[in-house]
Amino acid sequence: MITGTSANILIVGVGGQGVLLASEVISEVAMNGGLDVKKSEIHGMSQRGGVVSSHVKIGPKVYSPTIGEGQVDILMAFEQAEGLRAASWMRKDGVAIVSRTSLIPAIVTGSKVHHYPEDAIGDLAKKITHVIAVPADQIAAELGNPRLVNTILIGVLSNHLSFPEDIWIETLKSKVRRQFVEINIEAFHRGQAVSTERVKA
Amino acid sequence: MAEPGIRELLSGNEAVARGAYEAGVKLAASYPGTPSTEILETLAERFPSIYSQWSPNEKVAFEVAIGASIGGARALVTMKHVGLNVAADPYMTFAYTGVGGGLVVVSCDDPEMHSSQNEQDNRFYARMAQVPFLAPSDSQEAKDMLITAYEMSEIFDTPVMLHMTTRISHSKAVVELGERVSGPDKRFIKDQKKYVMIPAHARLRHVVVEDRLEKLRHFTEETPYNRVENNGSDIGIITGGVSYQYCKEVAPDFDYFKIGMGYPLPFGKIEQFIKAHKRVMVVEELEPFYEDMIRAYGMKVEGKKFTGTLGELSPYRVALAFKEAGLIDKVEAPEISSEEFFPRPPVLCPGCPHRGAFMALKKLGVAVAGDIGCYTLGVTEPLNAMDTCICMGASIGNAIGMEKVQGSKTGTVAVIGDSTFIHSGITGLLDAVYNKSNVTVMILDNRATAMTGGQQHPGTGKTLMGEDAARVDLFKLCQALGVESVRELDAYDYDAAVAMIKEEMARPGPSVIITTRPCVLMPVRIMDEPYVVDMELCNGCSACFRISCPAIAASHETNKHGHPKAVIDDTMCTGCTLCAQICPTEAIILKSHFVKTEVTR
Repeated sequence: MITGTSANILIVGVGGQGVLLASEVISEVAMNGGLDVKKSEIHGMSQRGGVVSSHVKIGPKVYSPTIGEGQVDILMAFEQAEGLRAASWMRKDGVAIVSRTSLIPAIVTGSKVHHYPEDAIGDLAKKITHVIAVPADQIAAELGNPRLVNTILIGVLSNHLSFPEDIWIETLKSKVRRQFVEINIEAFHRGQAVSTERVKA
Repeated sequence: MAEPGIRELLSGNEAVARGAYEAGVKLAASYPGTPSTEILETLAERFPSIYSQWSPNEKVAFEVAIGASIGGARALVTMKHVGLNVAADPYMTFAYTGVGGGLVVVSCDDPEMHSSQNEQDNRFYARMAQVPFLAPSDSQEAKDMLITAYEMSEIFDTPVMLHMTTRISHSKAVVELGERVSGPDKRFIKDQKKYVMIPAHARLRHVVVEDRLEKLRHFTEETPYNRVENNGSDIGIITGGVSYQYCKEVAPDFDYFKIGMGYPLPFGKIEQFIKAHKRVMVVEELEPFYEDMIRAYGMKVEGKKFTGTLGELSPYRVALAFKEAGLIDKVEAPEISSEEFFPRPPVLCPGCPHRGAFMALKKLGVAVAGDIGCYTLGVTEPLNAMDTCICMGASIGNAIGMEKVQGSKTGTVAVIGDSTFIHSGITGLLDAVYNKSNVTVMILDNRATAMTGGQQHPGTGKTLMGEDAARVDLFKLCQALGVESVRELDAYDYDAAVAMIKEEMARPGPSVIITTRPCVLMPVRIMDEPYVVDMELCNGCSACFRISCPAIAASHETNKHGHPKAVIDDTMCTGCTLCAQICPTEAIILKSHFVKTEVTR
């Protein structure tokens, strides 16, 4: 749990995974929770399967829209190797919430030079004290919709921020289409229920 | 969008759109370009009472906005930094004529080149044209400054630039909304000495420009956008734009001179600030624009020596600069070191029709003069099939020059997208006809401005505001320009692509090949039946890996040399068939066929 009123949150993934929607929800929750917030991300080329990252900064007064290297309190990774790539942005005592998803890019496939890490989550746990691995794809499949991954991860994240649950639920409701509200709330709760047990290094 | 007084989380671009609404803007024109695109998209979506349009390029957009201004209305024109190069011609002379209704040009620069071919600093364009600029440092200021810019434009009879950067355009922050004002109720007033820039009139207007600049020098001393923040420190920082935020985060206790109006600079105020401090440092991204002007005025400041001129700043970079300058004692270094990691560059989507064109060009080994759009991704490994990319529309001119000097032994092909061809490729093709070039031009017509998110253009049949529009016929257009051989190609047909490019390159005179498959993402997502890999037939040759399709991955099964066999993600595969066409063992087959085989076995 981030106990103070400030948090630097970095959300990473691959173009098309829903990183930007997740950061939108988190930012609005912070604003609705009465705090200042800024978020920054790069659009454009990243839409075509490249790395996407979104910085969310929450606090009583926020200046820079981007987080400094080494200053991330909470990392939320939609893809495990991208979680590992972002490790250097984190404080050692930060929390890394990582989906077990792995997406291997064409540039690595069959390449002798580039390698996809064998155990990205394990490697990350050697660097960061608190890593939570989330079987987000599996939970989403159980709920019958692969697009719920970001709401599940938001549910996990909510355990580490001190906003009341109704703000999360109300904000989610305002961000998804009416016919998907119920299933998203369920996905949020499934995320909240994910064990916060650390991955052992 | 919500009512006055409400607080909303808005990006800088959304805030500019809101500002345009509050300022009573009547017309907005633009050509899409990262990071500026969302301004017009937001206008069209949320403020349809403002007439907004995509123009074929930034020059036309600027000219349309000028027309609206001369017609008496408040007008907005937005573009990415390099767009102003295209629009520089009308911009430079409109600086002489001045406005009817207020005109603001929003220049969205891209330090770090997140999605650009250079990181030019467009503040110089303000100085070059003697045009004032305001530089917001967050979304609230983006909205407020745009409104002020309209007032300045009308008071001083000048276009005004709003200078944004990617981090301002694409960062969201809390904005308090304001009331809408009605712009000036003006109409066109005939005034040839003001608007007809023949030399006799222009000489008179240049005098007006210099007088105006003198008035602006007084204004910039008074505007609250140029302000001192006194914290009792003997260290003073002169900064503006997003750099201000980085500095405040790193050293909130220093004194600040916050520059909101960056040209002309308030030298009187700055001089007082400098005299009142022991050390003064200028913090700005890219060029030493403020620093050089302050020095040229005869004052001593430091800056670029510590911050550098490359890429964008960050809180960390600013902290390092402060440390190096001796302003702070230590910088908290990241605890975890970064490691070498595989790259994940953007790639052509599964089913992208551009892939077929680049596979054929790679096979033929020709020099490829490229252009700007999604298809620039043809340069990436393993496709590796593009050799130049300079600016919008450059491919055709580049290819003509290459071909005239026989620069490539294997010949040269120009590759250009539909929106880019309309933007500034048409004149290049006319040059090829007129100057008897043998160049072959491929227009990759996917009927969308795809890279920036699928915006409409004169070839799509729709306008920004969603109305039906006439659709330019590229085939007939090329013929009308005088190209004798214009042919259409299905880029999903690999053998046909190779053969047609070969034939057209061998043909004397310029020729055009137009690919006809639409973008797989926009306006409708195309998902045909997917293909799968038959592991018994796949021999792990890796031919399909080399077409760079995100749907194709290495499987856990290997051939006798230990090379991985392929596997296709059937949720991503669009059924374009390209991999199946080049598979030497015919191991890639339609999913439904594969299931049948399984069953009969």
